[in-house]
Amino acid sequence: MTKCILAVDDSKTMREMVAFTLRGAGYKVVEAVNGVEGLSMLGREKVDCVITDVNMPQMDGLTLTRRIRATAGHAGTPILVLTTESDQSKKDEGRAAGATGWIVKPFSPEKLLQVVAKVCP
Amino acid sequence: MTEESSTNDLSRFKTTYFEECAELLITAEECLLRLQEGSDDPEDCNAVFRCVHSIKGGAGAFAFTDLVRFAHVFETALDALRSGRVGLTPALAEVLVRGNDILGDFVRAAQEGVVLPPDHGDRVTQVLNALTGQGGADAKAAASATPAPAPESGEESFLVRFTPAANMLRTGNDPLMMVRELAGLGALDIRADLTRLPARLEDLAAQDAYLAWSFRITTEQGRQAVLDVFEFVAGDCAEVSVEAVGAETVLEPAAPPAAVAHAPAAPPPEAPAHDDHPVSLDHPADAAHPAEGGLRLRAEDKPGAGGVHTASIRVELDKVDRLVNMVGELVITQAMLGQQSNRFSAESHPELFMGLQELSHHTRELQESVMAIRAQPIKTLFSRAPRIVRDLSARLGKQVRLVMSGEGTEVDKTVIEQLSDPMVHLIRNSLDHGLETPEERAARGKPAEGTIHLSAEHRSGRVIIQIEDDGHGIDRRRVLEKAIEKGLVERGQTLSDEQIDQLIFAPGFSTAAAVSDVSGRGVGLDVVRKNIQDVGGRVSVQSQPGVGARFIMSLPLTLAVMDGMLVAVGGERYVLPLTNIVESIRPKPEQTHALVNVGNMLTLRGEYIRLVALHSLFNVEGAVTDPTKGLVVVVETEGGDRVGLLVDELLGQQQVVIKSLESNFRPVRGVSAATILGDGRVALILDVGALKAEGDRDGGGTAPLAAE
Repeated sequence: MTKCILAVDDSKTMREMVAFTLRGAGYKVVEAVNGVEGLSMLGREKVDCVITDVNMPQMDGLTLTRRIRATAGHAGTPILVLTTESDQSKKDEGRAAGATGWIVKPFSPEKLLQVVAKVCP
Repeated sequence: MTEESSTNDLSRFKTTYFEECAELLITAEECLLRLQEGSDDPEDCNAVFRCVHSIKGGAGAFAFTDLVRFAHVFETALDALRSGRVGLTPALAEVLVRGNDILGDFVRAAQEGVVLPPDHGDRVTQVLNALTGQGGADAKAAASATPAPAPESGEESFLVRFTPAANMLRTGNDPLMMVRELAGLGALDIRADLTRLPARLEDLAAQDAYLAWSFRITTEQGRQAVLDVFEFVAGDCAEVSVEAVGAETVLEPAAPPAAVAHAPAAPPPEAPAHDDHPVSLDHPADAAHPAEGGLRLRAEDKPGAGGVHTASIRVELDKVDRLVNMVGELVITQAMLGQQSNRFSAESHPELFMGLQELSHHTRELQESVMAIRAQPIKTLFSRAPRIVRDLSARLGKQVRLVMSGEGTEVDKTVIEQLSDPMVHLIRNSLDHGLETPEERAARGKPAEGTIHLSAEHRSGRVIIQIEDDGHGIDRRRVLEKAIEKGLVERGQTLSDEQIDQLIFAPGFSTAAAVSDVSGRGVGLDVVRKNIQDVGGRVSVQSQPGVGARFIMSLPLTLAVMDGMLVAVGGERYVLPLTNIVESIRPKPEQTHALVNVGNMLTLRGEYIRLVALHSLFNVEGAVTDPTKGLVVVVETEGGDRVGLLVDELLGQQQVVIKSLESNFRPVRGVSAATILGDGRVALILDVGALKAEGDRDGGGTAPLAAE
């Protein structure tokens, strides 16, 4: 079964990079430009894993993470937070919101695939 | 993916990146100018921050170090500004605008592949750094990525103790995956520690982690690789210790669970170390993901039945959906044949007409049978309720008894899925806002234990789900006050009790006075209503002060087919959902009114209702424009509002197959879906609620409907 990844980022460059890398590795990727759109996408698609940016207009990545955790059927869905800040505080905030893990930007395609494979077999 | 192709892959995004940078720089400039003009909208500052942040993020990916360095300084200053640590002065605003220009210089330099002089933008950098009290060294450090430590050589053994916190599974971290990853590093020996398992099954919370593990791993990858396995969980979500040991160290035998040796989830303590699924027997995360997909056809897999008398089979959902689609096509074909037959007379072709009648009969039966396959007992939905009630009542200190009835009622699978969230929300709402505490109940002479009754039944082609509690009902005085305060109702307006009760579903209405972490999760009942309406349902509430409240959800049994009324407007055909239609009338001239600033209205038995001219809304030519010569179909929206739709004539009632406009075309305002008519033409299915909104917006058509 092809795994479906939801990529949420307001930056088109980031979305394309994530989507292209994952599609190349055989994942299905759906995209959203902010948390609000991400949530509605979650209702439309069967999503196996979420990768989200933190800073976004309308609804940020941490709020999105909390909302996903409160959504039926997604209590255990892996959520990875994209963060440029490699410091621990952002990671802790992400984890407190219910995120599974994080990907520190900038990342190489190999690193991205490795982390996704780590949480979403 | 090879190293080489990935390098190429990156560069292909540069075009997108620079296009995006150009847009971001413009947006940032616009916002900065607004800030300079004295805007105090925090969103302006946030927007600039996001722009710079996005530029920096992409620059990092392409290793534009100069750009990253400046963007980082700029971003840090903006962060200080948006968090209020630094106040905005005209001088600072000036520097920020200049900073944006310099950011643009770096972007263009990166795009053209040139290197700017090292002191470019130094003055601005200094001001920004001074602002946040940071030196340049710090910024430079942030720009350089930490290199991965080189794996140590030689084989080492480690003893790993891994003790998840109870909430680990709720962050999506799955111990099985970590075990697999660990096994990928080298030879692995595992002991599960069951001491934290509750002795009684009813004490076991499915989403909590109870097990702990000891691993002995022998690997060439080094200590860091072992630590990396637990990167996401170490600290908050789990205790992890990694200790280098000699290769001959063996794990202590596993301790038995706390009180009972035969805990239901206990794995064999001497599990083989290199099993493919070393911990699959007690994999707690499985309990957190109840099996989805794979349609169960009235299924109870009876072990030992030996496959002789299986009353049910498992079928993939795809196959059923294909069947549903084909039946839909058949319904259309049948309608087409029926239409063609109008050219023949029944006398000359009696067999044809008999055949067509049979076909129509069989088609409907076939369609109902196929829909029944997709139907599932609502038990799957109701089964979530006891857990919610138990957890919440404990947290709120309330005593609650849950009664369920009609669990066997069957509903389309999709409808069940869509109902899940609204139902949970309404149960929480009843528990939190409806039921009183035992003390309050005692004071009112009620039994200390409250009751929530969850029921389902079929009624006239729909499924009705009710959530009833015997709490204090809706506090109408407070609701009305709140509604007035929120501007939903005008002061002095007289509303019936029922109208006041329904206000709790109004957008923007939230009983903020009672926000709690239980039902006040930022999602109001208006969202519940919207979710239910999205699947063609309705929700309402009946309340009796002091006695209790009852929420009633009514949903169609299926989402694939519906009964509609075909109407003609000019040369176009539209379908109105039959359930929305109240009546149709041909108004007398004195019943129609064109009111200034309001639009076209119709008086009907002393009541004013809005008149929406479909021909005007959809730009249809050749339609009847005079209401007294056409027909007005009075429809009722889910919210209970009435609106009159002006059409040429009614063409008849018919069953239509719903085709999504969004997936086949694009969303259209005022239209919920489309269907294919017997003659092969596409007709739009009107969304009555949206039409009402459109009518309110432009006064029911651009021009007054002058009588001809």
